[in-house]
Amino acid sequence: MTELRESLIRKRYAAERRFRIYGASALVLTAVFLALLLASIISQAVPAFTEKTVVLDVMIDPAEADPANPAAGNYDGMVKAALKQVLPDARNRAERKALNGLLSSGAGDELRRMVIADPALIGQTVTLPVLLSADATLYLKGLQARVAVSAGAAPVAIAPAEGGEGLILTGPGVSTEPGLSPGQIVMSGSAALRITAVESGTASAEALTPIDASLSALTPGTWKTLSFSAPEADRRTSDLQATWLEQLKDAGRIETGFAWRFFTAGDSREPELAGIRGALVGSLLTVAVALALALPLGVAAAIYLEQFAPKNRLTDLIEVNINNLAAVPSIIFGLLGLAVFLNFFGMPRSAPVVGGLVLALLVLPTIIIASRAALKAVPPSITEAALGVGASHQQAVFHHVLPLALPGIMTGTILGLARAFGETAPLLMIGMVAFIADVPHGFTDAATVLPVQVFLWSDLPELAFKNKTAAAIIVLLAVLFVLNAAAIYLRRRFERRW
Amino acid sequence: MNAAVPYQTVVTPASPRIMAERPMKITARGVDVYYGDKHAINQLSIDIPDRAVSAFIGPSGCGKSTFLRAINRMNDTIPSCRVTGDIVIDGDDIYDSKLDVVQLRARVGMVFQKPNPFPKAIYENVAYGPRIHGMAKNKAELDVIVEQSLRKAGLWEEVKDRLAHPGTGLSGGQQQRLCIARAIAVNPEVILMDEPCSALDPIATAKIEELIDELRQNYCIVIVTHSMQQAARVSQLTAFFHLGTLVEYGDTDEMFTAPQEKRTQDYITGRFG
Amino acid sequence: MFLWAIVLAVLMASGAFLAGRRHALALAVAGEARLHSLPSYHGLLLGAAALIGGLALAIVAGLLLGPQSPLTPAAAVLGAVAAAIPLYRRSSVDFRARNAFERVVMLVLLACSAVAVLTTIGIVFSVLFETLVFFRSVSPIEFLFGLHWSPTGTPPSFGFVPLLAGTFLITLIAILVAGPLGLLSAIYMAEYAGSQLRGVLKPLLEILAGIPTVVLGFFAALLVAPLIRGTGESMGLAVASESALAAGLVMGMMIVPLISSLSDDIINAVPQSLRDGSYALGATKSETIRRVVIPAALPGIVSAFMLAISRAVGETMIVVMAAGLAANLTANPLAAVTTITVQIATLLVGDQEFDSPKTLSAFALGFVLFFFTLILNYIALRIVQKYREQYD
Repeated sequence: MTELRESLIRKRYAAERRFRIYGASALVLTAVFLALLLASIISQAVPAFTEKTVVLDVMIDPAEADPANPAAGNYDGMVKAALKQVLPDARNRAERKALNGLLSSGAGDELRRMVIADPALIGQTVTLPVLLSADATLYLKGLQARVAVSAGAAPVAIAPAEGGEGLILTGPGVSTEPGLSPGQIVMSGSAALRITAVESGTASAEALTPIDASLSALTPGTWKTLSFSAPEADRRTSDLQATWLEQLKDAGRIETGFAWRFFTAGDSREPELAGIRGALVGSLLTVAVALALALPLGVAAAIYLEQFAPKNRLTDLIEVNINNLAAVPSIIFGLLGLAVFLNFFGMPRSAPVVGGLVLALLVLPTIIIASRAALKAVPPSITEAALGVGASHQQAVFHHVLPLALPGIMTGTILGLARAFGETAPLLMIGMVAFIADVPHGFTDAATVLPVQVFLWSDLPELAFKNKTAAAIIVLLAVLFVLNAAAIYLRRRFERRW
Repeated sequence: MNAAVPYQTVVTPASPRIMAERPMKITARGVDVYYGDKHAINQLSIDIPDRAVSAFIGPSGCGKSTFLRAINRMNDTIPSCRVTGDIVIDGDDIYDSKLDVVQLRARVGMVFQKPNPFPKAIYENVAYGPRIHGMAKNKAELDVIVEQSLRKAGLWEEVKDRLAHPGTGLSGGQQQRLCIARAIAVNPEVILMDEPCSALDPIATAKIEELIDELRQNYCIVIVTHSMQQAARVSQLTAFFHLGTLVEYGDTDEMFTAPQEKRTQDYITGRFG
Repeated sequence: MFLWAIVLAVLMASGAFLAGRRHALALAVAGEARLHSLPSYHGLLLGAAALIGGLALAIVAGLLLGPQSPLTPAAAVLGAVAAAIPLYRRSSVDFRARNAFERVVMLVLLACSAVAVLTTIGIVFSVLFETLVFFRSVSPIEFLFGLHWSPTGTPPSFGFVPLLAGTFLITLIAILVAGPLGLLSAIYMAEYAGSQLRGVLKPLLEILAGIPTVVLGFFAALLVAPLIRGTGESMGLAVASESALAAGLVMGMMIVPLISSLSDDIINAVPQSLRDGSYALGATKSETIRRVVIPAALPGIVSAFMLAISRAVGETMIVVMAAGLAANLTANPLAAVTTITVQIATLLVGDQEFDSPKTLSAFALGFVLFFFTLILNYIALRIVQKYREQYD
């Protein structure tokens, strides 16, 4: 048969093309997912790396700070007073609270540190950047609600409304582009009004800040409007607070800086003060314990199984167990840690020792399997040569085989460590889920680890914490990247192909 | 009779008669095959007749398998392989870019050195080719093709009761006959055999040689073999390859009793290879 | 205190090493015959004996008297001395110190290997023990077949079936996503992609494999769940904010690299001779893959799928962050369900009293999980072993 039906051939080639496309699309979809993942996390994380501060001249009142005990001074009060000096318009208690709400609850910490370092500053006036609250920071970064600022192009006349309540605005500025609309804020210098209604060229407004009675007209170039994408009730920054922040901005007092605090501070309930230092130190301690336990145990077990173990039931049992443990879900190891280490042995909850123990057991099978592969790759001729000159089997293994297998063992260990660094579930079981503000100092202090920190922050509703979560993830991924790159470098550089 | 073509090789006097008796099936002119930089086949020209067995002999690495694989374009699966020159089967240039390789391989079947039945049922092994080429309209027709192919391969009586058993469960010789049945099932015109008996014991080998003798009445068979005795037993024409070149080609009996080239003589008498 | 015990044991061991070695050297100088073993080995033997003796006695003391007892360091010293002195006495020119030391080393190596067995025993016993305690207050029938899960409710109910259903639903979605994606990727990389492309694609999958699950969980809650909810609502469907679909989708992406790399290995292990046989019959590449290669690789692929299911069932963080706590018994992927691992995590995180049925139920769940993944892994292994001889 020399002639096959043309249509069938065409169909078959079409099927071939389709099949190839399916395969390629699978890979493309996976790549797209990965790209989406990284892009969304990076875009969430970027705001967390900058912080906003307001530059204030703070008078360090000797009545509030004692040179003999500089740490106990009322620095928060001093800072708030300094802010009040710049923005004196708060008329009542609610407004004063709103004003203080612009500052972080830890605003006085920097000042405290300065005075402790140099008590001679007491009595002087110091100019320093003071940390703003998370909401104020988010507002200034434009993340809370979009704010459009437009300069007033046409003149507006202001007159008190009939009845005394509120103000009426008239004039070309009301209707000419961009015009005024309800909910907007009109600012001119330190005066601010909120537009309540606009009707046929006339706008009614109420004063947010005390308006000087002499203010009767706004000339082009001296006023601007703020328009929000969400009404005040849906925002965490009120109109008044927004106005104050704009005024501070106009006065050039707002500074943006890199948030070193993120790396130097421990956890906090306030998003702007929270940092990953505690979690990083905790991770380091925990993984160190895991390494110290899993590496010697794993290599020793691998050496025994690969070189010395006789072929009997005990060896089979051990090997079966190792393969099983490699596939056990990680949370089970957490249960083990909870029942045995915490309950039975009474070890301290949430300590790096316990976390390290649990992680060591978790990565032990991986290290054993990788080390066995590395040992197996060393050709038997090396062992035979050593035996030939009269070395004992152990001497041959420890003096000759093990050093040659070391690069492979290190690679496997680093990869195991990388996995341990990213583990969360088992550590939740042993209690590393508490809110811990202090940086742990020892292996028995309560601590948390970076992935658990990510988990804890991700649960919190504030937008600022979402940014921090993403930023912590970036740090976590960076560490993993470095570890994996180190393993690959080791493998390329030192592993020999026999 | 085909027009006399300028051979670069030496042809013993008797062969033009054989050539005249049978039509030329495969014609190669000036074929070069390269693996990367390695020049494996050097300016090969040969005519292979239909309904006869042509044997390729020669020492290891001389290019006989390479040339065999060039005839059904199996070399295409090797990325570094390059083929130049003409190979024509029944007037079709098989390296023409418009030629469909899939159809070519249905016309030119291949049996490999180590039997490679699919890990499927015996029936499925034989039915695979006809299925994908749409050669049967229904199961009944497929059954017929399978039975015929197995009969032609001399395997039917042995496996007719266990067609659902895996092909890999047969003995080596049976597996090779299964592979031959599989190749026959797509109704080829040419069957290429790459050392088909080298992995088999003498009894299985004898059976396969018997089979080849029957098959040559209907197919053009080209067999690569290490064994000169086999070539002598089984083929009508023999081609001797050495270092990528076709050294001598002609009637089998003539080649083995009175070779024209010294290299051929040396190989046949066992001085090398 | 225990730390001091360890430190003292190490110090005693070092001292024993030095003493032993010096003694052996002295013997060598004094006598005419050569030492059987190098002096260092005499020293090492003594050192090892001292270390092991000291630690052993310290651990015994710690277990009996409590780790903070000041007697543990004393026990360490005592143990070290008691172990080292007899060996010191036995030191002689003919003494096979190296052999003795190597026997000690061998025992240590064996003990390290046995840690794996100890761990499994530890897991089984601790989880099983607590499960049995649990079953004293809640009947196994109610647990295994109960349809209502509410451990914090009054009265608490411990019906396992909704958890099983939720786990099953999410795992099913994950496999439906990961199976085709993983397998097709593996096929493309093994059969179609050139080595350059492979060099880009393999690291891509390895990166995805290395992303911690807490990150994937965050992404699921951040982007995927709202996206699904938005899309669903624009189509008029009621979608929970923590839908099973969101969690299942992200979990599927998590196991794609697993299926892909295992399948890749398996497909590459299919002998080229089978492919050649198929090409020689005039089959196209896709026909060869679909009809010859994949069927030949099928046992391995099935095994890979089972390992992936096992991994999906045991996964915690993605579901904790993206799936809910509502123990719904439903087959609707747009609803919120909860899984075994979520419940284990929620029940044990926080300060509860350890022996309440609530906490113990988590161990019962853990036991079921352990058992299930064990069986799945065993079956996967057996499938590969049984069909391995196929084309050898």
